[in-house]
Amino acid sequence: MHAVIAISALPLFLGALLSDWAYSSSFQPQWINFASWLIAGALVLAGLALLWAAVEVLRRRGSLVYLLLLIATFVLGFVNALVHARDAWATMPTGLALSAVVVVLAAVAGGVGLAAWHRRPV
Amino acid sequence: MRTPGQRACATAVVAALAAALGGLYAVAQTPADPGQHGANPELPPAQRGLLPDMGIARPAGWDGRQPTVPQGWTIRAIATDLKIPRQTLVLPNGDILVAEGKGGSAPKLTPKDFVAGFLKARGTTPVKGGNQLTLLRDADGDGSYEGRWVYAENLNAPYGLAFAGGKLYVANQDALLRFDYVDGQTRAAAAPVTVARLPSAINHHWTKSLAADAEGRFLYVGIGSNSNIGERGLAVEEDRARVWQIDAATGAVRPFATGLRNPTALAFEPGTQQLWTVVNERDELGPNLVPDYLTSVREGGFYGWPYAYWGPNVDPRIQPGDDSKVQATIKPDYALQSHSAPLGLAFAQAGLPAPFAEGAFVGQHGSWNREQPVGYKVVFIPFSGGKPSGAPVDFVTGFQADGKTMGRPVGVTLDPKGAVIVADDLSNTVWRAVPGAPRPVSPR
Repeated sequence: MHAVIAISALPLFLGALLSDWAYSSSFQPQWINFASWLIAGALVLAGLALLWAAVEVLRRRGSLVYLLLLIATFVLGFVNALVHARDAWATMPTGLALSAVVVVLAAVAGGVGLAAWHRRPV
Repeated sequence: MRTPGQRACATAVVAALAAALGGLYAVAQTPADPGQHGANPELPPAQRGLLPDMGIARPAGWDGRQPTVPQGWTIRAIATDLKIPRQTLVLPNGDILVAEGKGGSAPKLTPKDFVAGFLKARGTTPVKGGNQLTLLRDADGDGSYEGRWVYAENLNAPYGLAFAGGKLYVANQDALLRFDYVDGQTRAAAAPVTVARLPSAINHHWTKSLAADAEGRFLYVGIGSNSNIGERGLAVEEDRARVWQIDAATGAVRPFATGLRNPTALAFEPGTQQLWTVVNERDELGPNLVPDYLTSVREGGFYGWPYAYWGPNVDPRIQPGDDSKVQATIKPDYALQSHSAPLGLAFAQAGLPAPFAEGAFVGQHGSWNREQPVGYKVVFIPFSGGKPSGAPVDFVTGFQADGKTMGRPVGVTLDPKGAVIVADDLSNTVWRAVPGAPRPVSPR
Protein backbone atom coordinates (compact mmCIF):
# COMPACT_ATOMS: atom_id res chain seq x y z
CA MET A 1 0.00 0.00 0.00
CA HIS A 2 2.72 2.49 0.93
CA ALA A 3 4.47 1.64 -2.32
CA VAL A 4 1.34 2.86 -4.11
CA ILE A 5 1.48 6.12 -2.15
CA ALA A 6 5.19 6.45 -2.93
CA ILE A 7 4.69 5.88 -6.66
CA SER A 8 1.78 8.35 -6.65
CA ALA A 9 4.21 11.15 -5.72
CA LEU A 10 6.04 10.46 -8.99
CA PRO A 11 3.56 12.15 -11.36
CA LEU A 12 3.58 15.25 -9.16
CA PHE A 13 7.38 15.41 -9.16
CA LEU A 14 7.27 14.78 -12.91
CA GLY A 15 4.76 17.60 -13.30
CA ALA A 16 7.12 19.90 -11.40
CA LEU A 17 9.98 18.92 -13.70
CA LEU A 18 7.85 19.63 -16.77
CA SER A 19 6.75 22.99 -15.27
CA ASP A 20 10.38 23.89 -14.61
CA TRP A 21 11.22 23.00 -18.16
CA ALA A 22 8.31 25.12 -19.39
CA TYR A 23 9.54 28.08 -17.31
CA SER A 24 13.11 27.76 -18.48
CA SER A 25 11.99 27.82 -22.09
CA SER A 26 9.15 30.37 -21.85
CA PHE A 27 10.27 32.63 -18.94
CA GLN A 28 6.64 32.72 -17.77
CA PRO A 29 6.94 32.73 -13.96
CA GLN A 30 3.49 31.23 -13.50
CA TRP A 31 5.16 27.87 -14.26
CA ILE A 32 7.26 28.27 -11.11
CA ASN A 33 4.06 28.68 -9.07
CA PHE A 34 2.73 25.45 -10.59
CA ALA A 35 6.00 23.65 -9.85
CA SER A 36 5.97 24.93 -6.23
CA TRP A 37 2.51 23.48 -5.56
CA LEU A 38 3.28 20.21 -7.36
CA ILE A 39 6.42 19.78 -5.24
CA ALA A 40 4.47 20.62 -2.06
CA GLY A 41 1.85 17.97 -2.93
CA ALA A 42 4.49 15.41 -3.86
CA LEU A 43 6.25 16.00 -0.54
CA VAL A 44 3.03 15.28 1.38
CA LEU A 45 2.67 11.92 -0.42
CA ALA A 46 6.37 11.08 -0.23
CA GLY A 47 6.34 12.01 3.46
CA LEU A 48 3.43 9.65 4.16
CA ALA A 49 5.14 6.82 2.29
CA LEU A 50 8.37 7.59 4.14
CA LEU A 51 6.68 7.35 7.56
CA TRP A 52 5.04 4.10 6.59
CA ALA A 53 8.26 2.61 5.25
CA ALA A 54 10.12 3.66 8.41
CA VAL A 55 7.56 1.88 10.58
CA GLU A 56 7.89 -1.23 8.41
CA VAL A 57 11.68 -1.20 8.74
CA LEU A 58 11.39 -0.76 12.50
CA ARG A 59 9.09 -3.78 12.56
CA ARG A 60 11.77 -5.63 10.56
CA ARG A 61 9.39 -6.23 7.68
CA GLY A 62 10.38 -3.56 5.17
CA SER A 63 13.26 -2.94 2.80
CA LEU A 64 16.04 -0.67 4.06
CA VAL A 65 17.09 0.25 0.51
CA TYR A 66 13.54 1.39 -0.22
CA LEU A 67 13.49 3.47 2.97
CA LEU A 68 16.83 5.13 2.14
CA LEU A 69 15.63 5.93 -1.39
CA LEU A 70 12.49 7.51 0.04
CA ILE A 71 14.55 9.55 2.50
CA ALA A 72 16.77 10.79 -0.34
CA THR A 73 13.69 11.66 -2.41
CA PHE A 74 12.08 13.54 0.45
CA VAL A 75 15.19 15.46 1.52
CA LEU A 76 16.14 16.52 -2.00
CA GLY A 77 12.47 17.25 -2.74
CA PHE A 78 12.35 19.55 0.29
CA VAL A 79 15.52 21.34 -0.76
CA ASN A 80 13.92 21.70 -4.17
CA ALA A 81 10.83 23.27 -2.54
CA LEU A 82 13.07 25.85 -0.86
CA VAL A 83 14.87 26.55 -4.15
CA HIS A 84 11.48 27.06 -5.78
CA ALA A 85 10.62 29.64 -3.10
CA ARG A 86 13.20 31.96 -4.63
CA ASP A 87 11.94 34.70 -6.88
CA ALA A 88 11.72 34.35 -10.66
CA TRP A 89 14.90 33.15 -12.40
CA ALA A 90 16.74 32.75 -9.06
CA THR A 91 15.12 29.27 -9.08
CA MET A 92 17.12 28.34 -12.18
CA PRO A 93 19.08 26.27 -13.13
CA THR A 94 19.27 24.60 -9.68
CA GLY A 95 15.51 24.03 -9.55
CA LEU A 96 15.38 22.29 -12.90
CA ALA A 97 18.37 20.05 -12.07
CA LEU A 98 16.99 19.13 -8.65
CA SER A 99 13.56 18.40 -10.14
CA ALA A 100 15.18 15.98 -12.61
CA VAL A 101 17.19 14.21 -9.89
CA VAL A 102 14.14 13.95 -7.63
CA VAL A 103 12.03 12.46 -10.45
CA VAL A 104 14.67 9.74 -10.97
CA LEU A 105 14.91 9.06 -7.22
CA ALA A 106 11.13 8.94 -6.83
CA ALA A 107 10.85 6.57 -9.81
CA VAL A 108 13.52 4.22 -8.47
CA ALA A 109 12.08 4.33 -4.94
CA GLY A 110 8.59 3.63 -6.24
CA GLY A 111 9.89 0.84 -8.48
CA VAL A 112 11.80 -0.83 -5.67
CA GLY A 113 8.79 -0.54 -3.39
CA LEU A 114 6.38 -2.00 -5.97
CA ALA A 115 8.81 -4.84 -6.81
CA ALA A 116 9.07 -5.76 -3.14
CA TRP A 117 5.29 -5.71 -2.91
CA HIS A 118 5.00 -8.06 -5.94
CA ARG A 119 7.55 -10.49 -4.47
CA ARG A 120 5.70 -10.64 -1.19
CA PRO A 121 4.16 -14.09 -0.54
CA VAL A 122 0.38 -13.90 -0.70
CA MET B 1 59.18 21.11 16.22
CA ARG B 2 56.79 23.25 14.19
CA THR B 3 56.54 23.00 10.47
CA PRO B 4 56.64 26.24 8.45
CA GLY B 5 52.98 25.67 7.71
CA GLN B 6 52.09 25.61 11.40
CA ARG B 7 54.19 28.69 12.00
CA ALA B 8 52.46 30.52 9.16
CA CYS B 9 49.16 29.40 10.62
CA ALA B 10 50.02 30.69 14.09
CA THR B 11 51.19 33.99 12.62
CA ALA B 12 47.95 34.29 10.67
CA VAL B 13 45.87 33.59 13.79
CA VAL B 14 47.77 36.22 15.79
CA ALA B 15 47.41 38.70 12.94
CA ALA B 16 43.69 37.97 12.67
CA LEU B 17 43.21 38.40 16.43
CA ALA B 18 45.09 41.69 16.34
CA ALA B 19 42.99 42.85 13.41
CA ALA B 20 39.80 41.79 15.20
CA LEU B 21 40.81 43.64 18.36
CA GLY B 22 41.72 46.67 16.30
CA GLY B 23 38.35 46.43 14.61
CA LEU B 24 36.56 46.19 17.97
CA TYR B 25 38.50 49.22 19.17
CA ALA B 26 37.56 51.12 16.04
CA VAL B 27 33.88 50.18 16.53
CA ALA B 28 34.04 51.26 20.18
CA GLN B 29 35.45 54.60 19.03
CA THR B 30 32.59 55.22 16.58
CA PRO B 31 29.50 56.28 18.49
CA ALA B 32 26.95 55.37 15.83
CA ASP B 33 27.66 53.40 12.68
CA PRO B 34 25.86 55.33 9.95
CA GLY B 35 25.53 52.12 7.90
CA GLN B 36 25.57 52.00 4.13
CA HIS B 37 25.15 55.50 2.75
CA GLY B 38 26.19 58.04 0.20
CA ALA B 39 26.78 58.32 -3.51
CA ASN B 40 29.05 55.29 -3.84
CA PRO B 41 27.93 52.53 -1.48
CA GLU B 42 29.77 49.25 -1.36
CA LEU B 43 27.77 46.66 -3.29
CA PRO B 44 28.63 43.16 -2.07
CA PRO B 45 28.10 40.20 -4.43
CA ALA B 46 24.50 38.98 -4.55
CA GLN B 47 23.81 36.06 -2.21
CA ARG B 48 20.79 34.00 -1.30
CA GLY B 49 20.90 30.82 0.78
CA LEU B 50 18.27 28.10 0.83
CA LEU B 51 16.26 30.19 3.27
CA PRO B 52 16.00 33.97 2.90
CA ASP B 53 17.46 36.05 5.74
CA MET B 54 14.68 37.29 7.98
CA GLY B 55 14.31 39.21 11.20
CA ILE B 56 10.69 40.04 11.98
CA ALA B 57 9.99 42.75 14.55
CA ARG B 58 8.47 41.54 17.84
CA PRO B 59 5.94 44.23 18.78
CA ALA B 60 5.64 45.48 22.36
CA GLY B 61 3.95 48.42 24.04
CA TRP B 62 5.84 51.61 24.91
CA ASP B 63 5.09 51.13 28.63
CA GLY B 64 6.15 54.62 29.58
CA ARG B 65 9.15 54.63 27.27
CA GLN B 66 9.60 57.29 24.61
CA PRO B 67 11.47 57.57 21.35
CA THR B 68 14.86 59.24 21.68
CA VAL B 69 15.59 62.63 20.09
CA PRO B 70 18.86 64.58 19.87
CA GLN B 71 20.11 66.71 22.74
CA GLY B 72 18.06 69.88 22.94
CA TRP B 73 14.94 68.34 21.43
CA THR B 74 11.83 66.89 23.03
CA ILE B 75 9.25 64.49 21.63
CA ARG B 76 5.70 63.70 22.64
CA ALA B 77 2.79 61.68 21.31
CA ILE B 78 0.14 64.08 20.00
CA ALA B 79 -2.33 61.37 19.00
CA THR B 80 -2.63 57.71 19.95
CA ASP B 81 -5.06 54.89 19.14
CA LEU B 82 -5.18 55.84 15.49
CA LYS B 83 -6.10 53.26 12.85
CA ILE B 84 -2.72 52.68 11.18
CA PRO B 85 -1.39 56.21 10.55
CA ARG B 86 0.88 56.41 7.50
CA GLN B 87 1.46 59.94 6.21
CA THR B 88 0.68 63.33 7.67
CA LEU B 89 0.12 66.82 6.27
CA VAL B 90 0.25 70.18 8.00
CA LEU B 91 -2.53 72.44 6.72
CA PRO B 92 -2.08 76.24 6.37
CA ASN B 93 -3.74 76.92 9.74
CA GLY B 94 -1.45 74.43 11.51
CA ASP B 95 -3.96 71.58 11.76
CA ILE B 96 -2.48 68.16 11.05
CA LEU B 97 -4.15 65.61 8.79
CA VAL B 98 -3.31 61.93 9.25
CA ALA B 99 -3.97 59.31 6.54
CA GLU B 100 -4.94 55.99 8.09
CA GLY B 101 -5.34 52.71 6.27
CA LYS B 102 -3.95 49.48 4.96
CA GLY B 103 -4.20 48.42 1.35
CA GLY B 104 -3.07 45.72 -1.01
CA SER B 105 -5.02 42.82 -2.43
CA ALA B 106 -2.26 40.59 -3.76
CA PRO B 107 -3.50 36.99 -3.90
CA LYS B 108 -1.31 34.30 -2.37
CA LEU B 109 0.08 32.35 -5.31
CA THR B 110 2.66 30.00 -3.83
CA PRO B 111 3.35 28.09 -0.60
CA LYS B 112 5.97 30.79 0.07
CA ASP B 113 3.30 33.54 -0.04
CA PHE B 114 1.37 31.81 2.76
CA VAL B 115 4.45 31.35 4.97
CA ALA B 116 5.85 34.84 4.33
CA GLY B 117 2.45 36.49 4.82
CA PHE B 118 2.05 34.79 8.19
CA LEU B 119 5.57 35.69 9.36
CA LYS B 120 5.52 39.32 8.20
CA ALA B 121 2.08 39.99 9.73
CA ARG B 122 3.61 39.30 13.16
CA GLY B 123 5.72 42.46 12.84
CA THR B 124 2.78 44.79 12.22
CA THR B 125 -0.20 46.09 14.17
CA PRO B 126 -3.32 43.90 14.51
CA VAL B 127 -5.49 47.02 14.27
CA LYS B 128 -7.72 47.33 11.18
CA GLY B 129 -6.85 50.23 8.87
CA GLY B 130 -9.15 53.22 9.29
CA ASN B 131 -9.56 54.23 5.63
CA GLN B 132 -10.00 57.76 6.90
CA LEU B 133 -8.31 61.11 7.49
CA THR B 134 -8.05 62.29 11.07
CA LEU B 135 -7.60 66.02 11.75
CA LEU B 136 -5.61 67.10 14.82
CA ARG B 137 -5.72 70.65 16.18
CA ASP B 138 -3.67 72.52 18.76
CA ALA B 139 -5.89 75.57 19.16
CA ASP B 140 -3.94 77.22 21.98
CA GLY B 141 -0.47 76.48 20.60
CA ASP B 142 0.78 74.68 23.69
CA GLY B 143 2.01 71.66 21.72
CA SER B 144 -0.87 69.48 22.89
CA TYR B 145 -3.30 68.56 20.11
CA GLU B 146 -6.51 68.57 22.06
CA GLY B 147 -8.83 68.71 19.05
CA ARG B 148 -9.45 65.55 17.05
CA TRP B 149 -11.99 64.95 14.28
CA VAL B 150 -12.46 62.49 11.44
CA TYR B 151 -12.09 64.79 8.42
CA ALA B 152 -13.11 62.21 5.81
CA GLU B 153 -13.98 58.53 5.93
CA ASN B 154 -14.79 55.60 3.63
CA LEU B 155 -11.58 56.17 1.72
CA ASN B 156 -9.62 53.31 0.17
CA ALA B 157 -6.26 52.95 1.92
CA PRO B 158 -5.33 56.67 1.76
CA TYR B 159 -1.57 57.30 1.91
CA GLY B 160 -0.12 60.29 0.05
CA LEU B 161 -1.32 63.75 1.09
CA ALA B 162 -0.68 67.15 -0.49
CA PHE B 163 -2.04 70.64 -0.25
CA ALA B 164 -1.68 72.96 -3.23
CA GLY B 165 -3.60 75.78 -4.85
CA GLY B 166 -6.11 75.82 -2.00
CA LYS B 167 -7.05 72.18 -2.60
CA LEU B 168 -6.39 69.08 -0.55
CA TYR B 169 -5.22 66.03 -2.51
CA VAL B 170 -5.37 62.48 -1.19
CA ALA B 171 -3.86 59.45 -2.90
CA ASN B 172 -6.02 56.42 -2.22
CA GLN B 173 -4.55 53.08 -3.25
CA ASP B 174 -6.62 53.24 -6.45
CA ALA B 175 -7.30 56.94 -7.18
CA LEU B 176 -6.14 60.48 -6.68
CA LEU B 177 -8.87 62.50 -4.93
CA ARG B 178 -9.41 66.23 -4.43
CA PHE B 179 -11.20 67.88 -1.53
CA ASP B 180 -12.28 71.53 -1.61
CA TYR B 181 -10.68 72.37 1.70
CA VAL B 182 -11.89 75.44 3.55
CA ASP B 183 -9.64 76.98 6.18
CA GLY B 184 -10.54 75.85 9.67
CA GLN B 185 -12.73 72.97 8.50
CA THR B 186 -12.82 69.90 10.71
CA ARG B 187 -14.88 67.80 8.33
CA ALA B 188 -15.01 67.70 4.55
CA ALA B 189 -18.12 69.48 3.34
CA ALA B 190 -18.61 67.25 0.31
CA ALA B 191 -17.49 63.98 -1.17
CA PRO B 192 -14.13 64.17 -2.93
CA VAL B 193 -13.69 64.51 -6.69
CA THR B 194 -11.64 61.84 -8.45
CA VAL B 195 -8.79 63.56 -10.30
CA ALA B 196 -7.36 60.38 -11.84
CA ARG B 197 -7.53 56.62 -11.44
CA LEU B 198 -4.29 55.04 -10.25
CA PRO B 199 -2.99 51.54 -11.13
CA SER B 200 -4.43 49.25 -8.47
CA ALA B 201 -4.67 45.68 -9.80
CA ILE B 202 -3.04 43.33 -7.27
CA ASN B 203 -1.36 46.27 -5.48
CA HIS B 204 1.50 44.25 -3.95
CA HIS B 205 3.13 47.59 -3.12
CA TRP B 206 -0.09 49.52 -2.56
CA THR B 207 1.08 52.83 -1.09
CA LYS B 208 0.57 55.78 -3.44
CA SER B 209 2.91 58.56 -2.41
CA LEU B 210 2.08 62.12 -3.40
CA ALA B 211 3.63 65.55 -3.82
CA ALA B 212 2.41 68.73 -5.49
CA ASP B 213 4.50 71.43 -7.12
CA ALA B 214 4.43 74.91 -5.58
CA GLU B 215 1.80 76.26 -8.00
CA GLY B 216 -0.46 73.26 -7.67
CA ARG B 217 -0.35 72.69 -11.42
CA PHE B 218 1.10 69.17 -11.37
CA LEU B 219 0.82 66.36 -8.87
CA TYR B 220 3.38 63.58 -8.65
CA VAL B 221 2.30 60.10 -7.58
CA GLY B 222 4.70 57.29 -6.66
CA ILE B 223 3.48 53.85 -7.73
CA GLY B 224 5.25 50.75 -6.41
CA SER B 225 5.93 47.53 -8.30
CA ASN B 226 3.59 44.55 -8.12
CA SER B 227 6.32 42.12 -7.00
CA ASN B 228 9.77 41.91 -5.51
CA ILE B 229 11.50 41.19 -8.78
CA GLY B 230 8.94 40.31 -11.43
CA GLU B 231 7.94 36.94 -9.99
CA ARG B 232 4.33 37.61 -10.97
CA GLY B 233 5.37 38.20 -14.57
CA LEU B 234 5.94 41.55 -16.25
CA ALA B 235 2.37 41.88 -17.60
CA VAL B 236 1.15 42.93 -14.13
CA GLU B 237 3.92 45.56 -13.95
CA GLU B 238 2.40 47.79 -16.58
CA ASP B 239 2.26 51.37 -15.22
CA ARG B 240 4.03 50.25 -12.02
CA ALA B 241 7.39 51.06 -10.41
CA ARG B 242 7.33 54.69 -11.48
CA VAL B 243 6.38 58.24 -10.69
CA TRP B 244 3.43 59.68 -12.55
CA GLN B 245 2.93 63.35 -13.28
CA ILE B 246 -0.75 64.28 -13.15
CA ASP B 247 -2.22 67.52 -14.46
CA ALA B 248 -4.31 68.88 -11.59
CA ALA B 249 -6.73 70.62 -13.96
CA THR B 250 -7.39 67.83 -16.46
CA GLY B 251 -6.36 64.65 -14.66
CA ALA B 252 -4.13 63.70 -17.59
CA VAL B 253 -1.36 61.34 -16.50
CA ARG B 254 2.08 60.59 -17.90
CA PRO B 255 5.09 58.69 -16.63
CA PHE B 256 7.62 61.13 -15.18
CA ALA B 257 10.35 58.65 -14.20
CA THR B 258 10.42 54.84 -14.33
CA GLY B 259 12.27 51.84 -12.93
CA LEU B 260 11.72 53.06 -9.34
CA ARG B 261 10.79 49.83 -7.55
CA ASN B 262 8.77 51.37 -4.72
CA PRO B 263 8.88 55.17 -4.45
CA THR B 264 7.22 55.48 -1.04
CA ALA B 265 7.54 59.22 -0.45
CA LEU B 266 7.96 62.29 -2.65
CA ALA B 267 8.96 65.83 -1.69
CA PHE B 268 10.27 69.00 -3.29
CA GLU B 269 13.62 70.35 -2.10
CA PRO B 270 12.74 73.92 -1.09
CA GLY B 271 15.88 75.67 -2.41
CA THR B 272 15.99 74.18 -5.90
CA GLN B 273 12.32 73.14 -6.27
CA GLN B 274 13.65 69.75 -7.41
CA LEU B 275 11.48 66.65 -6.85
CA TRP B 276 13.08 63.95 -4.63
CA THR B 277 11.93 60.49 -3.64
CA VAL B 278 12.91 57.64 -1.34
CA VAL B 279 12.80 54.18 -2.90
CA ASN B 280 12.59 50.73 -1.34
CA GLU B 281 14.85 48.46 -3.35
CA ARG B 282 14.63 44.71 -4.01
CA ASP B 283 14.96 41.83 -1.55
CA GLU B 284 16.66 38.44 -1.45
CA LEU B 285 20.08 39.50 -2.73
CA GLY B 286 21.72 39.68 0.70
CA PRO B 287 21.65 41.81 3.86
CA ASN B 288 23.57 44.70 2.25
CA LEU B 289 22.11 44.52 -1.22
CA VAL B 290 20.38 46.40 -2.76
CA PRO B 291 20.68 49.75 -0.93
CA ASP B 292 17.44 51.67 -0.58
CA TYR B 293 17.94 55.22 -1.73
CA LEU B 294 17.12 58.91 -1.71
CA THR B 295 17.32 60.49 -5.15
CA SER B 296 16.33 63.50 -7.15
CA VAL B 297 13.82 62.37 -9.75
CA ARG B 298 15.01 63.12 -13.26
CA GLU B 299 12.26 63.64 -15.81
CA GLY B 300 12.29 60.68 -18.21
CA GLY B 301 14.89 58.88 -16.11
CA PHE B 302 15.01 55.07 -15.74
CA TYR B 303 16.26 53.82 -12.39
CA GLY B 304 16.70 50.12 -13.15
CA TRP B 305 13.84 48.04 -11.80
CA PRO B 306 13.57 45.20 -12.60
CA TYR B 307 16.53 44.75 -14.94
CA ALA B 308 19.33 46.40 -12.97
CA TYR B 309 20.15 48.16 -9.72
CA TRP B 310 22.36 51.06 -8.65
CA GLY B 311 23.46 51.82 -12.18
CA PRO B 312 24.14 49.04 -14.66
CA ASN B 313 24.35 46.11 -12.21
CA VAL B 314 22.32 43.30 -13.80
CA ASP B 315 19.67 41.50 -11.77
CA PRO B 316 19.76 38.01 -13.35
CA ARG B 317 16.42 37.08 -11.82
CA ILE B 318 14.68 38.79 -14.73
CA GLN B 319 14.85 36.66 -17.86
CA PRO B 320 15.08 37.48 -20.64
CA GLY B 321 17.17 40.48 -19.62
CA ASP B 322 17.29 43.77 -21.46
CA ASP B 323 20.78 45.09 -21.99
CA SER B 324 19.63 48.48 -23.28
CA LYS B 325 17.62 48.96 -20.07
CA VAL B 326 20.59 47.85 -17.96
CA GLN B 327 22.85 50.36 -19.66
CA ALA B 328 20.25 53.12 -19.33
CA THR B 329 19.95 52.66 -15.55
CA ILE B 330 20.63 55.87 -13.63
CA LYS B 331 22.69 55.67 -10.47
CA PRO B 332 20.63 57.22 -7.66
CA ASP B 333 22.02 60.20 -5.72
CA TYR B 334 22.32 58.83 -2.22
CA ALA B 335 22.22 55.28 -0.81
CA LEU B 336 20.41 54.47 2.41
CA GLN B 337 21.04 51.26 4.36
CA SER B 338 19.74 48.21 2.45
CA HIS B 339 16.33 47.00 3.71
CA SER B 340 15.90 49.96 6.10
CA ALA B 341 12.60 50.66 4.28
CA PRO B 342 12.42 54.45 3.98
CA LEU B 343 8.73 55.46 3.91
CA GLY B 344 8.88 59.10 4.93
CA LEU B 345 10.60 62.13 3.40
CA ALA B 346 10.48 65.77 4.45
CA PHE B 347 12.91 68.60 3.79
CA ALA B 348 14.12 70.80 6.59
CA GLN B 349 13.28 74.47 6.61
CA ALA B 350 15.27 77.44 7.75
CA GLY B 351 14.97 78.02 11.44
CA LEU B 352 15.63 74.51 12.71
CA PRO B 353 18.71 74.36 14.95
CA ALA B 354 21.96 72.99 13.51
CA PRO B 355 22.71 70.44 12.22
CA PHE B 356 19.11 70.09 11.05
CA ALA B 357 18.77 73.39 9.18
CA GLU B 358 19.34 72.05 5.64
CA GLY B 359 18.65 68.49 4.57
CA ALA B 360 16.11 65.71 4.44
CA PHE B 361 14.40 63.83 7.24
CA VAL B 362 13.83 60.20 6.25
CA GLY B 363 11.50 57.88 8.19
CA GLN B 364 12.78 54.30 8.04
CA HIS B 365 10.11 51.71 8.77
CA GLY B 366 12.72 49.05 9.49
CA SER B 367 13.89 45.79 7.95
CA TRP B 368 12.42 42.30 7.78
CA ASN B 369 14.53 40.75 5.00
CA ARG B 370 17.69 40.74 7.09
CA GLU B 371 18.73 39.01 10.31
CA GLN B 372 20.14 42.11 12.05
CA PRO B 373 17.44 44.78 12.13
CA VAL B 374 18.22 48.12 10.49
CA GLY B 375 16.14 51.25 10.12
CA TYR B 376 13.43 51.62 12.78
CA LYS B 377 14.37 55.29 13.12
CA VAL B 378 14.17 58.71 11.52
CA VAL B 379 17.48 59.87 10.08
CA PHE B 380 18.55 63.26 8.79
CA ILE B 381 20.59 63.54 5.59
CA PRO B 382 22.44 66.87 5.58
CA PHE B 383 22.24 68.85 2.33
CA SER B 384 24.30 71.68 0.98
CA GLY B 385 23.35 73.64 -2.13
CA GLY B 386 20.43 71.31 -2.78
CA LYS B 387 22.56 68.11 -2.71
CA PRO B 388 23.30 65.55 0.01
CA SER B 389 26.53 66.51 1.75
CA GLY B 390 27.27 64.05 4.52
CA ALA B 391 26.52 60.89 6.48
CA PRO B 392 23.04 60.33 7.94
CA VAL B 393 22.51 61.64 11.46
CA ASP B 394 20.11 59.84 13.78
CA PHE B 395 17.12 62.05 14.50
CA VAL B 396 14.46 59.93 16.22
CA THR B 397 15.61 56.54 17.54
CA GLY B 398 14.63 54.23 20.37
CA PHE B 399 11.83 52.47 18.46
CA GLN B 400 13.46 49.18 19.44
CA ALA B 401 14.75 48.06 22.84
CA ASP B 402 15.57 44.71 24.45
CA GLY B 403 14.82 42.84 21.23
CA LYS B 404 11.30 44.27 21.08
CA THR B 405 9.86 46.86 18.73
CA MET B 406 7.59 49.55 20.13
CA GLY B 407 7.12 51.61 17.00
CA ARG B 408 7.82 51.80 13.28
CA PRO B 409 8.16 55.27 11.70
CA VAL B 410 6.42 55.99 8.41
CA GLY B 411 5.60 59.52 7.24
CA VAL B 412 7.70 62.50 8.31
CA THR B 413 6.41 66.06 7.91
CA LEU B 414 7.83 69.47 8.76
CA ASP B 415 5.56 71.71 10.77
CA PRO B 416 6.27 75.35 9.81
CA LYS B 417 6.09 76.15 13.52
CA GLY B 418 9.48 74.40 13.76
CA ALA B 419 8.54 70.83 14.63
CA VAL B 420 8.91 67.42 13.00
CA ILE B 421 5.84 65.19 12.83
CA VAL B 422 6.38 61.41 12.65
CA ALA B 423 3.62 58.85 12.05
CA ASP B 424 4.15 55.43 13.66
CA ASP B 425 2.07 52.60 12.20
CA LEU B 426 2.97 49.98 14.82
CA SER B 427 1.95 51.82 18.00
CA ASN B 428 -0.65 53.80 15.98
CA THR B 429 0.74 57.07 17.28
CA VAL B 430 1.67 60.45 15.83
CA TRP B 431 4.82 61.88 17.41
CA ARG B 432 5.92 65.51 17.39
CA ALA B 433 9.53 66.47 18.01
CA VAL B 434 10.35 70.09 18.85
CA PRO B 435 13.59 71.90 19.60
CA GLY B 436 13.85 73.09 23.18
CA ALA B 437 12.84 71.82 26.59
CA PRO B 438 9.30 70.55 27.15
CA ARG B 439 6.93 73.43 27.61
CA PRO B 440 4.75 73.23 30.68
CA VAL B 441 1.12 72.78 29.75
CA SER B 442 -0.24 75.96 31.23
CA PRO B 443 -3.77 77.32 31.16
CA ARG B 444 -3.94 80.66 29.42
